[in-house]
Amino acid sequence: MKEILTMRHIDKNFPGVRALSNVDFTLREGEIHALMGENGAGKSTLIKVLTGVEEFESGDIRVDGIEGPVINRSPEEAQKNGISTVYQEVNLCPNLTVAENLYIGRQPRTAFGTIDWKTINENAKKVLTDLDIDVDVTKNVEDCSVAIQQMIAIARAVDISAKILILDEPTSSLDDNEVEKLFTLMRKLQSKGMGIIFVTHFLEQVYEVCDKITVLRNGELVGEFTVEELPRVQLVAKMMGKDFDDLAEIKSAATETDNSHKEVLISAKQLGSRGAVHPFDVDIYKGDVIGLSGLLGSGRSELARTIYGIQNPDEGELFVKGKKVHIKQPIQAMKLGMGLLPEDRKDEGIIADLSVRENIIIALQAKRGVFRLISRKQQEEFADKYIDILQIKTAHRDTPIKQLSGGNQQKAILGRWLLTDPDFLVLDEPTRGIDVGTKTEIQKLVVKLADEGKTVVFISSEIEEMIRTCRRMIIMRDTYKVGELPEMEISKDNIMKAIAGGAEHE
Amino acid sequence: MKNLITKMSTQAFVIMVTIILFIIMYAAGCVVYADKNFTNIQVFFNLFISNAGLIIISASMTMVMISGGIDISVGSQVALVCMMMCDLVMNKHVPTAAAIAICIVYGIVYGIYAGVMVAYLNIQPFIVGLSGMFFARGMTAVINTGMLSIADKTFDVLAKTKIMIPIDFLAKVNKRGMKIYPNLYPSVIIAFLVLVIMFVMLKYTKFGRAIYAIGGNEQSALLMGLNVKKTKFLVYLLDGAIVALGSVVYCMNTCGGFVAQAQGLEMDAIAAAVIGGTSLMGGVGNVFGTLLGVMTKATIEALVSFQGSLSSWWAKIIIATLLAFFIILQSIITRIKAKARD
Ligand SMILES: Nc1ncnc2c1ncn2[C@@H]1O[C@H](COP(=O)(O)OP(=O)(O)OP(=O)(O)O)[C@@H](O)[C@H]1O
Ligand SMILES: [Mg+2]
Repeated sequence: MKEILTMRHIDKNFPGVRALSNVDFTLREGEIHALMGENGAGKSTLIKVLTGVEEFESGDIRVDGIEGPVINRSPEEAQKNGISTVYQEVNLCPNLTVAENLYIGRQPRTAFGTIDWKTINENAKKVLTDLDIDVDVTKNVEDCSVAIQQMIAIARAVDISAKILILDEPTSSLDDNEVEKLFTLMRKLQSKGMGIIFVTHFLEQVYEVCDKITVLRNGELVGEFTVEELPRVQLVAKMMGKDFDDLAEIKSAATETDNSHKEVLISAKQLGSRGAVHPFDVDIYKGDVIGLSGLLGSGRSELARTIYGIQNPDEGELFVKGKKVHIKQPIQAMKLGMGLLPEDRKDEGIIADLSVRENIIIALQAKRGVFRLISRKQQEEFADKYIDILQIKTAHRDTPIKQLSGGNQQKAILGRWLLTDPDFLVLDEPTRGIDVGTKTEIQKLVVKLADEGKTVVFISSEIEEMIRTCRRMIIMRDTYKVGELPEMEISKDNIMKAIAGGAEHE
Repeated sequence: MKNLITKMSTQAFVIMVTIILFIIMYAAGCVVYADKNFTNIQVFFNLFISNAGLIIISASMTMVMISGGIDISVGSQVALVCMMMCDLVMNKHVPTAAAIAICIVYGIVYGIYAGVMVAYLNIQPFIVGLSGMFFARGMTAVINTGMLSIADKTFDVLAKTKIMIPIDFLAKVNKRGMKIYPNLYPSVIIAFLVLVIMFVMLKYTKFGRAIYAIGGNEQSALLMGLNVKKTKFLVYLLDGAIVALGSVVYCMNTCGGFVAQAQGLEMDAIAAAVIGGTSLMGGVGNVFGTLLGVMTKATIEALVSFQGSLSSWWAKIIIATLLAFFIILQSIITRIKAKARD
């Protein structure tokens, strides 16, 4: 097959960090090529170097159809050279409409040379309908869900119809359905001869669509493999540099659930929030690990957020340790011993210019109040502890968090909530964008927390992960709580059945 | 109310509030000062005449604010350009047209400086504006510390030609049964031309849309393949030119120049933009909203001056309060919207 992109001996250093050293990468016509590696391995950096977001020190890049070496100085230039990219951090302008985000920079024009808004809106509608995305194209992007935003970014990159398409963790906010749509689209583009670079931490996805795998570790090339020659265990081993079974059991065998003697920590009675989640009853026990399962938009996050007070409940009652409470603001929830890792890390997560240490201690400081400052020494201890537990790859605890790789930023936010040491912790998609090794570490941590008597609510789109960690499942559908599965009944089949469910609600 | 806010864009909501406010204020003026001729349509037109320069400058400010920047040097630029006009025409005997051209060229040169600083050297627009502010005010004093005025044939034609608005419906019949039509000056025509051109540019050109994109999220705009640096550079270049033009128009109203002229005008321009729905965070704004902002400010001034005994500083105090109100309004709307999204 014809090589359409070759990168040779690429070197890239950030102050104090060797992000890429002597990396080679080859993409061929009609190939879907997975770029794999742990968090901080250098995947995004390789992409940024290729597309002109970052400069590189040395190396040689060739693109089919262009004489001589190619050095893109900006994404604009990369686009002109036939490379279209969806970056890891969703890159859209929140203040513009969906349609405009699809066409900005390449707007169709009228006979007078002015922008042809009618055509833009019509084309946008067509492009998105083709992808089965149902959204009003004249709506601002800021009013769209993260998943829709991700689909829009993908639609834009695809519509630019380049020779090379790069997708850096495009599936992190998508549910199975949308992922399937994306794969269908990728296969279609592949058959037209487009070369696609695909970055993901979901191993199943690699085996589902990819032809080739290039593995990076610590900024160095481990090798290029065909999918057939690299079974899952070996892929994990290559990425981590050691043997590792990411599917091993992590919790003790299931037992018959008997809740009668357990202490009730939180109890919701017909608690509901209009438009977000219908009134529900739930009892949460000490030492519980509860999975919230359902499709995107089923109200699984909203249920947790209603308990936590981010989503204001407008009916029903909530009891914490037997006492009736009205939580109006997250800080109240925190003071009651709750913590919540939000799903949307971009808006509600990192504070880009602050250091890793500051990002980790900030929630604990907020909980204590400004008059009980955490000493510098203590801050450093806390930061180091979670950098170690969560294997956060950072040059130093005082490095600005924006300089960390996407996955490592997420780990820091997770550390932030673990540090507040809540009795009740909600983790909304805690492993999204996190590599397999750490994923397993996080799952183990959840089980350990529960063993110590903490209560965890675990929300994830990956059913396997929930099966491995949860002791009870709550099933959501169309913003209704439609059922619960005790530990003995937790299985992929049962969950799928419950999610799909009958027509009527409980 | 909440429903309305979540459905409308922040900008539309702010503009709606401004329109209501404007109508109430103007109607109140018409009732309270009916005896003082406030109802005369010419009073309304005078608001345009005395604020034509500010309209142009505020429109430019709107563009800069949409891009996520700000230009706090405009007040001093007005002083410098007015002084240059007077000095060139009266002392150096340069023809009016050439003097205007020189002023615009100066504006472009300043715009290039500001553009390079902000776009290519990544310096805070506020700091760059501060440097421009001191430079321009200083230069004004260097040219002349006194008070100059301008009286020149061509200039007067531009500044003082009365343009009748021959619409019967607006006309007033005087005692002798003659129809008196309201009139405007050329400055107002120039201001409206600038508004229309800027509106089209912001809404219907790639450059204009790139300004919005950059103001919305600069990093995203860059990653989507827009030329962020070039766009920002051009914004400041254009701003320099438009502000110079606005200053010339301002001069047509004052016909004079002195060092302390137009002090604090930058605040009027920023207030007009914000009252007209421009976001302080960038990415949102519209020049016709800003026009409404200028008119609101002008009405407040007119009301204060019709009252007669109040110090004209009261107008400033009221505008400042209004600005604070609109800033709070913006943030409240944003919060309500964020809540509704969750
Ligand atoms: N702007 C920057 N300044 C300093 N260091 C950086 C910067 N960007 C990335 N790095 C470092 O370069 C290394 C590689 O980061 P990169 O983002 O390429 O990782 P990645 O493989 O994409 O990881 P992830 O799976 O978490 O997205 C990391 O150690 C990161 O801390
Ligand atoms: Mg990455």
